[in-house]
Amino acid sequence: MPRQTPSQTVGPFFSHALTPAGEDLEGSPGNLLAHGETPGEAILVTGRLIDGAGEPVADGMIEIWQADSEGRYPDGRGQFSGFGRAGTDENGEFRFQTIKPGPVGIGVAPHISVVVFARGMLNHAFTRIYFSDEDASNRRDPVFRDLDPERRKTLIAVRGEDEPVPTYDFTVHLQGERETLFFDA
Amino acid sequence: MAYRSTHLRSQLRALVPLTQSISELTAPVFGHGTVGELDHDLTRNAIRDGEPLGERIIIAGRVLDEGGQPVTGALVEVWQANSAGRYAHSGDTHNAPLDPNFLGTGRTLTDSEGRYRFLSIRPGAYPWRNHDNAWRPAHIHFSVFGTAFIQRLVTQMYFPGDPLLKLDPIFLATPDPRARDRLIATFSSALTEPEWALGFEFDIVLRGPLQTPEAH
Repeated sequence: MPRQTPSQTVGPFFSHALTPAGEDLEGSPGNLLAHGETPGEAILVTGRLIDGAGEPVADGMIEIWQADSEGRYPDGRGQFSGFGRAGTDENGEFRFQTIKPGPVGIGVAPHISVVVFARGMLNHAFTRIYFSDEDASNRRDPVFRDLDPERRKTLIAVRGEDEPVPTYDFTVHLQGERETLFFDA
Repeated sequence: MAYRSTHLRSQLRALVPLTQSISELTAPVFGHGTVGELDHDLTRNAIRDGEPLGERIIIAGRVLDEGGQPVTGALVEVWQANSAGRYAHSGDTHNAPLDPNFLGTGRTLTDSEGRYRFLSIRPGAYPWRNHDNAWRPAHIHFSVFGTAFIQRLVTQMYFPGDPLLKLDPIFLATPDPRARDRLIATFSSALTEPEWALGFEFDIVLRGPLQTPEAH
């Protein structure tokens, strides 16, 4: 049987291929998952990618995968793809315009799967976004409830401003005191 | 020589085990709308006033899982330096010429047998400032999606016989030599097209097989 191809770093020079802007964007998955017509609660997920020295990572990439507002993972046939990709800017910032996912099963809290890539990371890192205004369902969630109570705080996207749409802040620390909880998925 | 950029960006805490659920076992489905007609042909997809300079190559192979099953409809994306060893990226300051007819990016979807094929220009080696007189061996970056989100793979493909491989901290960052061998493409007479381009075969194996998620 074939053996798995190893991972190698994404390097510094991917943005023109993976996170292009403007006219190069056509067809390419980007950070706008939803628009005004998409069923569900429109939200923004914004955040920063931070290294072990507390400095912004300006050449990283965040990918997200999520269910629709009914808790269904898209199968490619509908308008909502469920997938987004954003590069980080000079301040390490990224943003996604999407909708809040519904729960994907009984007792499962709404969440978004996240993969983090950056120059210097030999492997991409998996984590999850949970929502600060879902505290009760987070505590019941089959994954979240078993995580270390201190470390799982790093998975909470904090609801802030509600204008023009609810905005959740999700900061990713690659290393250090506040290192984000990453999964061996 | 170590790969310096890892120091502040690698995870120091143990990864936390995650029982695979529908969130890990599903993945985005990319349709043909994602891929344009010339997206797989880097020798043509950025032409302005002529053909890109350098040695034409064909890179082809299959995307499989560890059970040997083909991964169909997988989005495969590539990016690379031009023949002079320069990326068409604003951050690349290497003093080598840009090629006005070469962007060095491409994408395609695997077919019903998991096959993909790119036409391109053989990338050049280039210096980087990791350590004194550091040079990256010629390589092509690959990004691949499987049918489960946790099959996501980003890697680099190298060329056989490159003397820079044994000096490259990024290639050597994969510790197992047999695993590193799987990052090196194989020259293929069968893929080589007469009077046109040299062929290289590069199969990509994603983790798995994985369970099918339960419906709910």
